[in-house]
Amino acid sequence: MNQYEPVIGLEVHVELNTKSKMFSGSSADYFSKEPNSCTDPTNLGLPGSLPYINEQAIEDCMKIGLALNCQIADVSRFERKNYFYPDLPKGYQISQYRWPLCKNGWLEVEDKDGNVTKIRINRVHQEEDTGKLTHTDGQTLIDFNRSSVPLVEIVSEPDFHDSSQVRDYAKKLQQIFRYLGVSNADMERGDMRLEANVSVRKIGETELPNYRIELKNINSFRFMVAAIEYEIKRQIEALEKGEKLTQETRGWNENKKETFLQRSKEEAHDYRYFPDPDLPEIRMEESRVKSLESGMPELPEAKVKRFISDYGISKANAQILVDSKELANYFEKTVEDGKDIGVSPTDIANYIINRKVNIDEVKPKQVVEEIANRKVGVVEDEGEIEKVVDEVLMENEKSVDDYKNGKTNAIQSLIGGVMRKTGGKVNIETVRRVLQEKLES
Amino acid sequence: MNDITGLTLIETLKALEEKKFSSEELNKAYLERIEKINPRLNIFLEIKKNPQNMPAAIKDIICTQNIRTTAGSKILSNFVPPYSATVIDRLKEKGIGIIGKTNLDEFAMGSSGENSAYGPTKNPWNETKVPGGSSSGSAAAVAADLCTFALGTDTGGSIRQPASLCGVVGLKPSYGRVPRYGAIAMASSLDQIGPITKSVADARLVLEWISGPDGKDSNCVDPASCKVTPCAARGCLAGVRVGVPREYFGKGLDKGVEKVIREAIKKLEELGAEIVEVSLPHTEYAVAAYYIIMSSEVSSNMAKFDGIRFGSGREDFGPEVKRRIMLGTFALSTGYYDDYFAKAAEVRTLIKQDFEKAFEKCEVIVGPVSPTVAWNLGEKIEDPLTMYLSDVYTIPASLAGIPGLSVPCGFSDGLPVGLQILGKYLDEETILNIGEIYEQSTDWHNKKPDLGKEA
Repeated sequence: MNQYEPVIGLEVHVELNTKSKMFSGSSADYFSKEPNSCTDPTNLGLPGSLPYINEQAIEDCMKIGLALNCQIADVSRFERKNYFYPDLPKGYQISQYRWPLCKNGWLEVEDKDGNVTKIRINRVHQEEDTGKLTHTDGQTLIDFNRSSVPLVEIVSEPDFHDSSQVRDYAKKLQQIFRYLGVSNADMERGDMRLEANVSVRKIGETELPNYRIELKNINSFRFMVAAIEYEIKRQIEALEKGEKLTQETRGWNENKKETFLQRSKEEAHDYRYFPDPDLPEIRMEESRVKSLESGMPELPEAKVKRFISDYGISKANAQILVDSKELANYFEKTVEDGKDIGVSPTDIANYIINRKVNIDEVKPKQVVEEIANRKVGVVEDEGEIEKVVDEVLMENEKSVDDYKNGKTNAIQSLIGGVMRKTGGKVNIETVRRVLQEKLES
Repeated sequence: MNDITGLTLIETLKALEEKKFSSEELNKAYLERIEKINPRLNIFLEIKKNPQNMPAAIKDIICTQNIRTTAGSKILSNFVPPYSATVIDRLKEKGIGIIGKTNLDEFAMGSSGENSAYGPTKNPWNETKVPGGSSSGSAAAVAADLCTFALGTDTGGSIRQPASLCGVVGLKPSYGRVPRYGAIAMASSLDQIGPITKSVADARLVLEWISGPDGKDSNCVDPASCKVTPCAARGCLAGVRVGVPREYFGKGLDKGVEKVIREAIKKLEELGAEIVEVSLPHTEYAVAAYYIIMSSEVSSNMAKFDGIRFGSGREDFGPEVKRRIMLGTFALSTGYYDDYFAKAAEVRTLIKQDFEKAFEKCEVIVGPVSPTVAWNLGEKIEDPLTMYLSDVYTIPASLAGIPGLSVPCGFSDGLPVGLQILGKYLDEETILNIGEIYEQSTDWHNKKPDLGKEA
């Protein structure tokens, strides 16, 4: 069995959260809206309607490209991908084929053993979403609310050899989309969709296998990993039995925990791509790319590295804290608040992670004080505390004067002084009370 | 006033301003004339019951909110657009009303009007002849004085050719000058909306009304380049170099038409123009390249007519539409793209360069619009190739995206002949000025078809 190695490529689609649609003015915020209420002549494909490029979407696509270390093309074009399906009102999807907006990028992924591999990214291109079909009681209903919502496709090279790499890649992409603020990237809502091309070859071979199985319509990371695992096993078994595998599209049946055939090669389309005559070339000025580059937020990968070097926290903790931009910001705010009273970033990281702090409800200050208070018990004797307080008051005349002149905030740094001297091993409320008594006597 | 309907657009505007007649009288005069003449010529597919404002006729491929728009196809026989084309909104702002929607070749595919699902329009000059196409009804409506002016669309000659065959003025603007939003697409990289009028000055006015970006047609150009100034120095063409392409006077050009065109060129010379011979060497490949590019775009543009959201099923497409869908689908197929579509795109670039080179020697290029005058109804309908070749002089300018004007310049066999004046990209101003100077120094634009005593 283990003389085979899987060869996997990934196509990821992500819906952008722009205000309007890719090529017209109606709202792109269609989720849970009344069917066919977010439509206009263009995304309904009415006769005479025309597409008009949404510049915000183009910028978002470029941001994704830049985050994935891609080159931004000087000249790119939209093309028409022609095929018939009732959810595709124009009879073609406006997409990119020969001239994608971003190309030749990469992203580093980790497998389950922590080995890091660079996954090459072939292209990041802009396209539009389709409508949605609902099949009920022998009838099919079409909702065009999703029609022409901006969609970005990220195509990797077949550089994955393990499903854990795929999982890490997808997770990292999701994080990047959220950091960039270009999409909610919610798998269940369909904001983010994964397609994997899976084949296997004998270890040592370098050529790509002459077939590939496309896994499609799988709406969670977990199911995708399961489907890939299943496919690898199925394909190896088939090859071992001397079967010949051919190109096909398969889906995932979660109940049976197996993949199933959706479409075979014979049914493959000829999309008849050609440059969309309704849309001009996109010529990208260097200055525009530069200004986008300089406006890019710090991305998860860089943040992890900085958290480790600046705060001395563990890699595992850094990765957890960087999971969302909000959590990372919260951590940094807490570290800032903790500085004054000598609460260390490591303690803060551990506390936030272990206690699963609800960052929407608990204020960073509360976390800091809570951590300080947890160290209570070691110094209970008020006399001892008073001694330290006296020392601190002597050493910090300026803060004492400030306090007496009405800057009551100055007490914070005095508390911090006591905390430092005691290694935080005092009850912060006791310290505050003692300090207040002495300062106001 | 029984000659209200004989006035040009500008004359009508002036008469209204001077209160020589009211808007109601104006519409009544046109409506009465339409009632008498339309049944014979089959010009209108839809006639407004109570027309108001300035009565314009609109080619039925341009979407009009709440007014049925068929594109001459059975497939859209019940299609009432929920929105209007940009040009319609713009005309409305200028006080222009719609008196009716005009007949055309189905989806603008044709050169004779005979591909309409609603029967052919007849030429007002001779009812046994075709009016040209595909803006057949619009050109015939202007020629028969059934509107003050009309809008048509031109993809490979569909404004200029029927204007020529009906003896009226037709202007195909530069690609990108007039927003296409709301004009049902035939070939998106070629389609342009333009005016068909009773005078060159009218065409200039309408062009100015409808030009400029609308935020919906991505290929529309900057408004700064859309101003057309009226003709300054009338009656003199001194200093103007007029190019005559030798390729436009070869085999296939009817002798009678050639004679009329040569006389028109002589007239331009008399008016002071310097006549220079120019060459457009790739002209012979234009029709072939056009049919590949156009039909490729058609095959994709027609895909939306699936009968799901509007209209009937695709079995209702006429034979010419089906022919072009098949041609285009083939040309774009894997393995054929490079030999057909990509090659045709290269030819298109060469043709564009031909014009750029020629325009180094002259300000405008003149020649025939159509190799023949209007032919008999039914004469070419069974022979698509001959029909395609009737657009040989209009197609190159379409591929190059440059503006072209057809101005009445005489008659052959009692049927009108149009002089084509082609200009540099976005230089409508020069072709309109030269066209107007020619028009005003000849009498051709005053000739009207004899539509009998009922008219």
